[in-house]
Amino acid sequence: MPFLPITYASTSTKILSSWRTSKPVIDYTKCTRCAICWKFCPDVAIDLVVDSRLKSPNEKFSSLEAPSIDYDHCKGCGICETECPFGAIEMVREEE
Amino acid sequence: MPLTIPREEYMEQGHTACAGCGAALSMRYMLKAAGPKTALAIPACCWSVVPGEFPATNLKVPLLYTPFAAAGAAISGLREGLDAQGKEDYNVFAFAGDGGTADIGLQGLSAAMERGHNVIYIMYDNEAYMNTGIQRSGSTPYGAWTTTTPVGMKRDFKKQNKKFVADLMIAQNVPYVATATIGYPEDLERKISIAKSIKGPKFIQILSPCPPGWYHNSADTVKISRLAVESKVFPLYEFRNGKFSLFKPGKTARLTDYLSLQGRFAHLKDDEIKVIEESVNERWSYLLKKEQS
Repeated sequence: MPFLPITYASTSTKILSSWRTSKPVIDYTKCTRCAICWKFCPDVAIDLVVDSRLKSPNEKFSSLEAPSIDYDHCKGCGICETECPFGAIEMVREEE
Repeated sequence: MPLTIPREEYMEQGHTACAGCGAALSMRYMLKAAGPKTALAIPACCWSVVPGEFPATNLKVPLLYTPFAAAGAAISGLREGLDAQGKEDYNVFAFAGDGGTADIGLQGLSAAMERGHNVIYIMYDNEAYMNTGIQRSGSTPYGAWTTTTPVGMKRDFKKQNKKFVADLMIAQNVPYVATATIGYPEDLERKISIAKSIKGPKFIQILSPCPPGWYHNSADTVKISRLAVESKVFPLYEFRNGKFSLFKPGKTARLTDYLSLQGRFAHLKDDEIKVIEESVNERWSYLLKKEQS
């Protein structure tokens, strides 16, 4: 028998976007792809993706993995904004 | 950019922890270090509701819910059962809150450590019974507001000092005892990895700030946990094979920096802050002395 929970259904299909009052928005021109926001996200709502559309003025950064926020699961706690050492994340109030 | 902690996630999105939960971060880092060969026992605490309602779970590892007082007993049984099946490469963890460790589960923990099972007991310390509505626990620090130590016309804040469970475990001569906090994920991950490599009982206490219980901004969770170490309120130390080592933070912060961010300490007057400061300094010099001896 595999060593797995007997019934396993992932909670990742749940949408929790209604929990937040403001959402983080990343300014990719300031982001240096340090992944500190990824490290400190309690909701695992920041993925690291390689996307050539996310332009950075520094060519070196454009090819690296960039953080991308999963707005279905972000609860808007704002830890990423506080921890970002480059001020690249801003919390924007959600519209009604 | 190279990542400083493992990339694999064993905790998924969609859990029901509050925004900015410190305990969710503790679990995330703990499982990153623990890996897939992990069995987990959780007594009544915040984490007994966070994974989601049956049959959904946000954890990719097997999970056993236990009664409040029985986390220590449950991991002892899990360990012996796995050993009997020859699955000695699996790690058995308990993940308990401070109520289930310092107060209700203390006898189970103490007995499991005394019997010497090869288990790891993680206490995530949010300094009150947060799941049931912020009642005072043995681990609540002096001066804190909780719903059972209210502050109004009569200032009934907690008058007793915090119980340091990690110190109790050192007194019991457990092979590996450590304190960690979510502000230092690399350090936390290293301590879990060391605990995995040692045979015998292990105990790790993780300070996990709680935005609704501590009355702080959810954005400050990581900042507060770092300030707790820098202001020496929550010293990080390790006890391994009888040797005690204390982490001395490179940057120091004032005690008021730590207290002022939290609403549960907002009522404190200068002389009460002085009482906290004295006990923090006293404990720091006690730990320094312990390191030298």
